[in-house]
Amino acid sequence: MYTQGLDSLGKDCLRDEAQDGARLESRFQARVDAEEKIEAKDWMPEAYRRTLVRQISQHAHSEIVGMLPEGNWITRAPSLLRKTILIAKVQDEGGHGAYLYSAAETLGVSRGELVDQLLTGKAKYSSIFNYPTPTWADVGAIGWLVDGAAIMNQIPLCRCSYGPYARAMVRICKEESFHQRQGYDIMLRLARGTAAQRDMAQAALDRWWWPSLMMFGPSDHDSKHSAQSMRWKIKRFSNDELRQKFVDTTVPQADFLGLKVPDPELAWDEASQHYRFGPIDWREFEQVLAGQGPCNRERLDARRRAHDEGRWVREAATAWAGKRNTEAAKAA
Amino acid sequence: MNNEHDWPLYEIFIRAKSGLDHKHVGSLHATDARMALEHARDLYTRRQEGVSIWAVRSTDIVASDPAESDAFFEPARDKVYRHPTFYDIPDEVKTL
Repeated sequence: MYTQGLDSLGKDCLRDEAQDGARLESRFQARVDAEEKIEAKDWMPEAYRRTLVRQISQHAHSEIVGMLPEGNWITRAPSLLRKTILIAKVQDEGGHGAYLYSAAETLGVSRGELVDQLLTGKAKYSSIFNYPTPTWADVGAIGWLVDGAAIMNQIPLCRCSYGPYARAMVRICKEESFHQRQGYDIMLRLARGTAAQRDMAQAALDRWWWPSLMMFGPSDHDSKHSAQSMRWKIKRFSNDELRQKFVDTTVPQADFLGLKVPDPELAWDEASQHYRFGPIDWREFEQVLAGQGPCNRERLDARRRAHDEGRWVREAATAWAGKRNTEAAKAA
Repeated sequence: MNNEHDWPLYEIFIRAKSGLDHKHVGSLHATDARMALEHARDLYTRRQEGVSIWAVRSTDIVASDPAESDAFFEPARDKVYRHPTFYDIPDEVKTL
């Protein structure tokens, strides 16, 4: 008798929980559909939380690792002004990483966990930062193309359904446009310079064009996460749409520089009012994403070294604060 | 605060030069109040966005429960007479 009673109680409870879950899910989806912002303490599906933690932390890691290819040129920039500008850009990238880690933490993951995931190689970050910067023109190409592609991705994210992420993106987008202008300004100076400078600019464009197109991710029918991300209004446009927009915007900018985009199939299509472009070699993308890119190991080594070499600062700060707390407690 | 990653979380509020109030701009980890202010300055005012910073330990913030917000804010819902637009003042009357 008791067992029966308990069983039926149990089943009812389960049924209620399932109904509650379904009700909560549909109310959540209704809020998203109505363009309401989901905030940190609001109910959300576990999968929504997980996908946001993954996306926001990957974004944060990308900003931090992104400091490295350009940081390489701080000591080598051709003038004092270029050096100070580059320092400011790299500082911004560090700041962007910090905003994004903070946004990710609102979803219940700790900073320590996220840093560990990056340093142990478990976390992914944007593949674009696994390429080297062999010349000054690469710094220009990165600002123009890589930040340009990032802006194209990031503007729609300002309207993403998760409040903390959307607000971080608004702040980031405001700062990002200086980055792109800085890069284009470098390319402009080189393109209008000596023959050697023009060649350097062209070579950088040749190196960075296709990796920049790959930044938008695989074509949507090959992308696992896209459909659900769209339903949850995390993603507002498809990868292909954004990539097309980037090409349409950037080719005229290359034309103005007098540089040639390294794509023999690139052509304006009058009917669709878009540029047609050649096929992307996704094998390269997959290899770089899997850790086989030219700089993957170097990037991670640099991050680990920075983390290790900075340990004494963190320990000193912690010890100092502990000492002050003890003194304050004694005085009280 | 054993692990450097366990540094307390601070919420940061900035008042702009032309602003009247402090706005929440984000958060950061710091060992103490002074570091929180200096890091907030470096992180959130790189473009002179602020003339004043408030840093508050996140654990000190008490927030209304979003799950209860309907009930919590209900009292004001049926009191439209608190708004000036509720009142129909004839057009001839000036400055009212």
